[in-house]
Amino acid sequence: MKKFSFLFIMLLSFMLILAACNDESGETEEPSDDETGEQESGTDSESESESESEEADAEEGEQVLVFGRGGDSESLDFASTTDGESSRVTKQIYESLLDFDKESFEVVPGLAHDWEVSDDGLTYTFYLEEGVKFHDGTDFNAEAVKTNFERWADPEHEYAFTEEGYTYAIYGTMFGGFKGDEDHVIDEINVVNDHEIEFVLKQPLGFFLQNMAMSYFAITSPAALEEYGPAINENPVGTGPFKFESWTRDDQIVLEKNEDYWKEGLPKLDRVIFEVIPDNSARLIALRSGELDIMDGLNPDDADIVEQEEGIDLYTRAENNFGYLGFNTQKAPLDNKKLRQAINHAVDREAIADALYNGYAVPAKNPVPPSYLGYNDEVEGYEYDLEKAQELLAEAGYADGLEIDLWTMPVARPYMPDPETVAEIIQADLSQIGITVNIVREEWAPYLEKTSNGEQEMFMLGWSGTNGDPDYFLSSLLHGDNVGEGNRTFYENEEVNELLDQAKVSIDQDERADLYKQAQVLISEDSPMVTLVHSRPVLAAASYVENYVPHPSTSESLAEVELSN
Amino acid sequence: MLAYTIRRLLILIPVLLGMTIITFSIVHLIPGNPAQVILGETATEEAIQNLEENLGLNEPKVVQYGIYMADLLQGDLGTSLKTKASISEEILPKLAATAELTIFAMIFAIVIGVNAGIISAWKQNSWFDFFAMVFALIGVSMPIFWLALMEQWLFAQELGWLPSSGRESSRDPIDPITHFYVLDSILHMDFERLFVSLKHLVLPSIALGTIPMAIIARMTRSSMLEVMKSDYIRTVRAKGSGQFLLIYKHALRNATIPVLTVIGLQTGVLLGGAILTETIFSWPGIGRYVYDAITYRDYPVIQSGILVIAFIFVLINLIVDLLYAYVDPRIKY
Repeated sequence: MKKFSFLFIMLLSFMLILAACNDESGETEEPSDDETGEQESGTDSESESESESEEADAEEGEQVLVFGRGGDSESLDFASTTDGESSRVTKQIYESLLDFDKESFEVVPGLAHDWEVSDDGLTYTFYLEEGVKFHDGTDFNAEAVKTNFERWADPEHEYAFTEEGYTYAIYGTMFGGFKGDEDHVIDEINVVNDHEIEFVLKQPLGFFLQNMAMSYFAITSPAALEEYGPAINENPVGTGPFKFESWTRDDQIVLEKNEDYWKEGLPKLDRVIFEVIPDNSARLIALRSGELDIMDGLNPDDADIVEQEEGIDLYTRAENNFGYLGFNTQKAPLDNKKLRQAINHAVDREAIADALYNGYAVPAKNPVPPSYLGYNDEVEGYEYDLEKAQELLAEAGYADGLEIDLWTMPVARPYMPDPETVAEIIQADLSQIGITVNIVREEWAPYLEKTSNGEQEMFMLGWSGTNGDPDYFLSSLLHGDNVGEGNRTFYENEEVNELLDQAKVSIDQDERADLYKQAQVLISEDSPMVTLVHSRPVLAAASYVENYVPHPSTSESLAEVELSN
Repeated sequence: MLAYTIRRLLILIPVLLGMTIITFSIVHLIPGNPAQVILGETATEEAIQNLEENLGLNEPKVVQYGIYMADLLQGDLGTSLKTKASISEEILPKLAATAELTIFAMIFAIVIGVNAGIISAWKQNSWFDFFAMVFALIGVSMPIFWLALMEQWLFAQELGWLPSSGRESSRDPIDPITHFYVLDSILHMDFERLFVSLKHLVLPSIALGTIPMAIIARMTRSSMLEVMKSDYIRTVRAKGSGQFLLIYKHALRNATIPVLTVIGLQTGVLLGGAILTETIFSWPGIGRYVYDAITYRDYPVIQSGILVIAFIFVLINLIVDLLYAYVDPRIKY
């Protein structure tokens, strides 16, 4: 045993020596590998100048950006997942025919530099960029676009990989179903020539162009689909500013600069690394200590400190979601409109915005984010007014109060980071007008299933935007056709349905805006839900990060980002 | 001894079979449809049905278990629902990550714990004993996430001596061979990266090793105290043997058995993955792998992950049992 403990003591001393060593002593040594000269973080800056290497890519000033986030990507095949952490990365590797403007959902050119819409709204012609190549060297052309769309639409397609468990749910949601379905809007796709492609629709779709700009509908190299088959989710090949390099699950994804990128002078960065750090506080420490350059998912409570901190800048994303308190409008007692209105007046949205988001949220009066097409700012909404609530409650026939069940979500979502606290705030608010709220807790899957069956009275949920179109909010949540799916308030108003249907098929955006505005007035009056807040996610980046613009969809291109010294 | 080893190995079979049944049942008792959870609140009815069909979730449970066992016997741990990758392949790097962290945490725990226990016993009721045992008590009751965050705050943020998270410099990753990064960098003869890997290990090892360290220290102390009172120690002392030799050669060996048990159990626990430590230090180990799978309802990963962890735990217990005989030849089987 003596020998053993001697060994232990040696090991201990070794560890202590290691711990006592500081950075400089180790890193001023000549690098033994071509990649060691890359540390850009503040603490390493002194040693950096000494570690120049002959290799070109290790020269000082190589731009490496480390992006810290809470979770790993599910898949790098964007259309087969709805995971935001996946599209955050694929947005760098792939491009769609159209793109969104930097800070909004306005549609701008992408791989298509121009497009035309026929007067009846049934034919869309896209003119594609010429000379664009995929990362594997093959040409991007109209045939490639067609292959990709057919892959998503047709479960029988040779690249659909249905057997391996691939499904393209987001395609079904956005284009009304799949090949052979009655409501599937894309009738045919015609390749006119290499750089011109035509989509013929069965019926007009008001947000077809927005869909084409979504990162979920980007174009993969058909040659890569052939080569990798179902392993395409780990071997992405697109046309984007960065090429896929490596992926260590739950740890990091490394992307390299695409030297042959078709947009002149881009990207600015040589390498982008997406690093997973699950804990929000630990991620902030990593940013402060220079291990990260940008971090997503800052706690709103930390935002005030970060804002005043030197060397770190605070960023916010525009609102693109909202959380709500829903009423089951077809079940007593909440089938009573006056009661629903009374509750709507009794909930203090400001208190929720302050308690949960530290003010990084705006009280919501419409079930659609404020920056969206057709957002109706003239809707009065329900101000926090207990007297009015009392009056309405009396009119509803519940002057003596009543008891209601409130189902609270078991999971946190960006639109509802702490459901339990929100439920308690609502419980306290409603007790002031004599309503006793019983909080009901369910597991997430049964929660979704039971609210879809209509077993709930009051419940909490929310919605996040993807294509920046009001239809995705209003129709999904409040159209009678979607009862039991997105529509869990079981709200059915013929007039609203009519307006939403018209707006969906119109291609005149002004007309659409007008129709959505009318629908919001009716919805507000009917009060099927208490719209709570639109959250404004906060994130932080080191001050030397330039041109970084967070997009409301949570996926932004890093092509123009650069690091100043 | 050999017969005993073989007998112990044979007992493993029903144990593991029982494990598969238990994990399978527990996993399928979690309420809710995994297809619903995977697709979330925006899913359509149709999409959920399609996914269920694709995942084979609409088969009866017995059939699902049968398929699982048939695959398992061929060494196939299944395919992850989330990543669509083979679990056997996915789980190895995570096991290596956890094993590496466990080894360093246990070195920390054993070196400090055993020695502190010995000195405490040797100098019973001294100020050292008093402080060591108070410290051990604090160590046992320390909330790990708090300790971890304090370490990060002090050593990474304020002093900047050590990295706060991950296994390697994210700007300069190691090309993995064995996925034990310390070993990999030695194999690459890359001592700069070796140094970086070791630096990444310091904070999580201390956080993870603190509780085992405290337990080992207390166990060593009480075990040593008992041995020190025995007759043969008095004899050795009467012989005029030096204190150091007395303690480390004669006393420690006899005091080792209970300590060894604790070390074995703790190693098993740590190898099962320390979710808190792995999460805060973003260490891509097996604990986080299984935890993520639970939130995603990734049934195959939960089943196989728990099975692998259970297997390792059983294996370590076996090793500890065999070590008894080595440390104390009086133990016969």
